[in-house]
Amino acid sequence: MITIKNVEKSFQGLRVLKGISLSIEDHEIYGIIGQSGAGKSTLLRCINGLETFDAGEINIDGTVVDTKNKKALRALQKGIGMIFQNFNLLERLDVYDNIALPLKFWGISPKSKESKERILNLIHLVGLDEKIHAKPKELSGGQKQRVAIARALVLNPQFLLCDEATSALDPEITKGILALLQKINKELGITVVVVTHQMEVVKQICSKVAFLSDGRVLSEGKPEELFIMPANKEIKSFLRDGSEQLPKTGVNIQLFFFGEGSEEPVVTQMARELKEDFSICWAKLEDFRENVYGSLVLNMKEEDKDRVCEFLDKKKVHWEVLD
Amino acid sequence: MGIISNASMTSVILKALWQTLYMVFWSTLFSVIIGFIPAVVLTLTAPDGLHPQKAVYEVLSFLINVFRSFPFIILLVLVIPFTRLVVGKAIGTTASIVPLTLSAIPFIARIMENALRETNHGVIEAAKSFGASDIQILFRVYVKESVPRMLNGVILLIISLVGYSAMAGTVGGGGIGDIAIRFGYQQYKTDYLVVCSLILIVFVQIIQMIGNFLYKKLS
Repeated sequence: MITIKNVEKSFQGLRVLKGISLSIEDHEIYGIIGQSGAGKSTLLRCINGLETFDAGEINIDGTVVDTKNKKALRALQKGIGMIFQNFNLLERLDVYDNIALPLKFWGISPKSKESKERILNLIHLVGLDEKIHAKPKELSGGQKQRVAIARALVLNPQFLLCDEATSALDPEITKGILALLQKINKELGITVVVVTHQMEVVKQICSKVAFLSDGRVLSEGKPEELFIMPANKEIKSFLRDGSEQLPKTGVNIQLFFFGEGSEEPVVTQMARELKEDFSICWAKLEDFRENVYGSLVLNMKEEDKDRVCEFLDKKKVHWEVLD
Repeated sequence: MGIISNASMTSVILKALWQTLYMVFWSTLFSVIIGFIPAVVLTLTAPDGLHPQKAVYEVLSFLINVFRSFPFIILLVLVIPFTRLVVGKAIGTTASIVPLTLSAIPFIARIMENALRETNHGVIEAAKSFGASDIQILFRVYVKESVPRMLNGVILLIISLVGYSAMAGTVGGGGIGDIAIRFGYQQYKTDYLVVCSLILIVFVQIIQMIGNFLYKKLS
């Protein structure tokens, strides 16, 4: 478990982290999302000591991160794998040797029988059996990230930190990498922390998410709670598609469907029961991991508003009147 | 010109070729070994290095610039007392290795510094994230990734040392360049000038070809 308490950090007088607190449970896939410059990468780097922080505390499974104690920091880093936006593989080493590199840093012979087995298993896990002796320049972006993932796992870490790991990849390849991260999380029980500015990443794999803005945590919770019915203006603007033209006459009510009741045919029931017609002017369905969540906007006459709201409350559907 | 003079030309040039190879080989070897140390110090203390130390970096960098700005012919004379201290004499092929090495050190140090610092910063960060120590990052990442670039620098060094070694004639170093000056230029023996120039052209081409081949092979 990673506990972050009131962490603050400044770069030359510029405050980047303004008292961040959050906790990441074991076996979770935890997302940290926000605009670029929100401080999310800096926060991630503080977790494994690549970056120092000025105040606050980060505690990993009972050990406090202390960048001054080099020996303790190294031991901590051994248990935390990390992958990067630009993969950061050694150009002169092939796939096998890149994956073996962290072993060398820890004085473990990559030639021993256990090491060989471990490396080959990881290569198989990330699906690069054919590319075992290829150099990075012969690999595609997605393949490079797979090598980086195998390298990050070779020391048997409990945590995997991903710093914008899919930002340099196209959507199809991104899906494959995300599926691999999910597999690693499930099969190996590794806690994954994902820093990203891509909504898709959070929606597809994260079980919990923190929204960072200007060095602060604006909101924390399940992605579906945070993003289907965002209470916060800034999150709303982060999610906005920009092309929402709603009718100017009548009343627009937005309905939100998630969790229980999202499968009931509420709209048609309402139309029949209230004997009224509504126009559906906007709707969106979104996949959050295995579940589908959605929201839609109904337009109706001013005088129907109260009856509709009453009906929706009865059905326990979340709603919001739009202005 | 008879057979005898041709035979003597061959032996003069063969001897000179051997002297050139001898001087260039040893001065390259010594300057690469010695120059590696300031190159590493510069890399580590540079603003983007593992241990940024502005003062150390600036002072060392300044010293390197000072030594690089000496004209070689001046350095050759200036270091005579030092040469005598190291080799026991100030004249001859072996003695000329000292000024050649001294002039090559700042040159190759700067080149190796640039080669090392071109290492992708992200790779260094990745190594740090796996708990690599500074010495491991230096050798397993910086040096490992920079080998082809450093090799390019050494090729550059060898070729410029061939040129410098011509001036070693001033202190009795001998070598192809010296023959070209003394026989070819000063005594108007055009055949010597032509042969010496051809040998130097071929030599430089061969070195560059080997360099390019190794660069491709290593990177």
